[in-house]
Amino acid sequence: MPRPFTPKVVTANALLEGDVVYFTTDNTWTRELTQAEVLTDEADADLRLIDASRQQDQIVGAYLADVDPTPEGPKPTHFREEFRRTGPSNYFHGKQAEL
Amino acid sequence: MYKYSEFDTAFLAERNAQFRAQVERRIDGSLTEDEFKPLRLMNGLYLQLHAYMLRVAIPYGTLRSAQMRQLAMIAEKWDKGYGHFTTRQNIQYNWPKLRDVPDILDALGEVEMHAIQTSGNTIRNVTADHFAGAAADEVDDPRPVAELLRQWSTDHPEFQFLPRKFKFAVIGSEADRAVIRAHDIGVQLVEQDGKRGYRILVGGGLGRTPMIGKVIRDFLPEEDLLPYAEAIVSTYNILGRRDNKYKARIKITVHENGIDTYKELTEARFAELKPQFEGVDQEMLSSIRAQFAAPAFRNAPTDDFDAAYKADPVFRAWADTNLAAHKVEGYAIVSISLKKHGETPGDATAEQMRLIADLGEQYSHDDIRISHEQNVILPHVHKSDLPALHAALKTLGLATANIGLISDIIACPGMDYCALATARSIPVAQEIAQRFDALKMEHDIGPLKIKISGCINACGHHHVGHIGILGLDRAGVENYQITLGGDGTEEATIGQRTGPGFSYEEITDAIERIIRAYLEHRTDAQETFLEAYRRLGADPFKAALYPDKAEGKANAA
Repeated sequence: MPRPFTPKVVTANALLEGDVVYFTTDNTWTRELTQAEVLTDEADADLRLIDASRQQDQIVGAYLADVDPTPEGPKPTHFREEFRRTGPSNYFHGKQAEL
Repeated sequence: MYKYSEFDTAFLAERNAQFRAQVERRIDGSLTEDEFKPLRLMNGLYLQLHAYMLRVAIPYGTLRSAQMRQLAMIAEKWDKGYGHFTTRQNIQYNWPKLRDVPDILDALGEVEMHAIQTSGNTIRNVTADHFAGAAADEVDDPRPVAELLRQWSTDHPEFQFLPRKFKFAVIGSEADRAVIRAHDIGVQLVEQDGKRGYRILVGGGLGRTPMIGKVIRDFLPEEDLLPYAEAIVSTYNILGRRDNKYKARIKITVHENGIDTYKELTEARFAELKPQFEGVDQEMLSSIRAQFAAPAFRNAPTDDFDAAYKADPVFRAWADTNLAAHKVEGYAIVSISLKKHGETPGDATAEQMRLIADLGEQYSHDDIRISHEQNVILPHVHKSDLPALHAALKTLGLATANIGLISDIIACPGMDYCALATARSIPVAQEIAQRFDALKMEHDIGPLKIKISGCINACGHHHVGHIGILGLDRAGVENYQITLGGDGTEEATIGQRTGPGFSYEEITDAIERIIRAYLEHRTDAQETFLEAYRRLGADPFKAALYPDKAEGKANAA
């Protein structure tokens, strides 16, 4: 049996700054994971990834990342995505300082 | 120190102009990321977890003070006010913006620096002994040879698309302070019957499949270095595996074919290449050598040093750990620790870099080194200047007396920055350093090298740490494997895994248990951790690491 599809967001890095960004329902990019479009259907997720990847003038390296949908918005399920959402642990730099 | 020729300057300016145009074309949409990525990587620009990362080469780890000041300026103007010195004598900026990178490269060019071939399947920055030209035990300064290799390998048309990346390291003494045995090619300057030549090692490397380099020529005549190096790399270019990234490094090529076959093929290629080298390389080497002439050392009393050493226990502790023997009487090699307890190993702020630049200019004949152990070296300091130097270092937290001790940890950037990482390494290093500082055990423990990598690629050299730590992702959780008994010196040894790994929360306790077992089992304070490990084997350390298991065994028996 195929594994059940888990909720995802499309994420990438911004072309100019390199910042971690997430794809929204209106085809734009946000710095905040809570604003991201949560994809719960596999076929839909694949299509949204294609849509997102077309925006080569804005982003680099779009991919689907697992999230846990919560009432406060999507949260990362893996520590790598947690670091991407927050920033490094040795300095107060990156998103934790800027958002 | 080497000064760029007109050729170097023109070449760099042209490359920087090309890259500036490439960045423009990426931003205006003429280039896709697939097209742009190989171009940016050729110029040292990576995309990491949170931002771009620019890796700048510091050839053979040598900097003039003007160069260090420029690195500080770049950190302040285009980054977040600091830089990270790496295990390959590079400096990495973690937060550059794409639009600024061409300006950064031009600023580097102003001080004869670049980021070319710090990425990609090319010959990377040539590293060297950080004590080069100063060590009491060397045959000769290895840096002219490293510079010759840098010039030969930069933009070498045959070697721009090797099966995989390729790293050279060069030393001038028996003591291996540059881990040449873990490099694709290791070069050691040697002397035989009054003649200079090279011992050449090939096929060393860490990463997924660690291998100790094998001697391919025990004595290579001086004039044969470039044709022989070219023959080795050329053989690899054809023979190396391009079908599997994990089997593409020369260590696997040498291992799979055997050193005898590899040597045979290399010698055959060498016979073809040798006639093409008509001595121009040797002329270039001698002109490079002239630029590395030893500074004018002075003959002066060392009374100030002796007095401070007697009177000031803080200075004495620093002098005992951070100084190494210089070849000239009255001089010392100073290691400046970038491992203050709780700080990020290898990081320096712009302010610290500027202070180091000033001190290097004032006290070390304008000569500054970066070590693969992520510290800074002032190679030529007269002992009478040491008290003033130490006082100045203290003002910016640069006088930590821990060189070669448990808190002098190598750590790769790990999951805090690196896109390849599977776990964090920096906070592990920070916590271990702070733990042993709080316990005040560091000096009692004595010489001990802990090396931490945040993934299997082993940038943190964990395989050759006396204690190695490898951070992995085990089912979505950080897990740290421990290896013991590794050694990166001329007695190069790959450490042995102890057993199951430890969680992020458990790893510092686990290291403390190893250390307590060492202190309990060592014959006396003179027996170092590595010596004790070699005498005792892994068992007492495993028993300390896995007490439940040991009890289980005892009960079963």
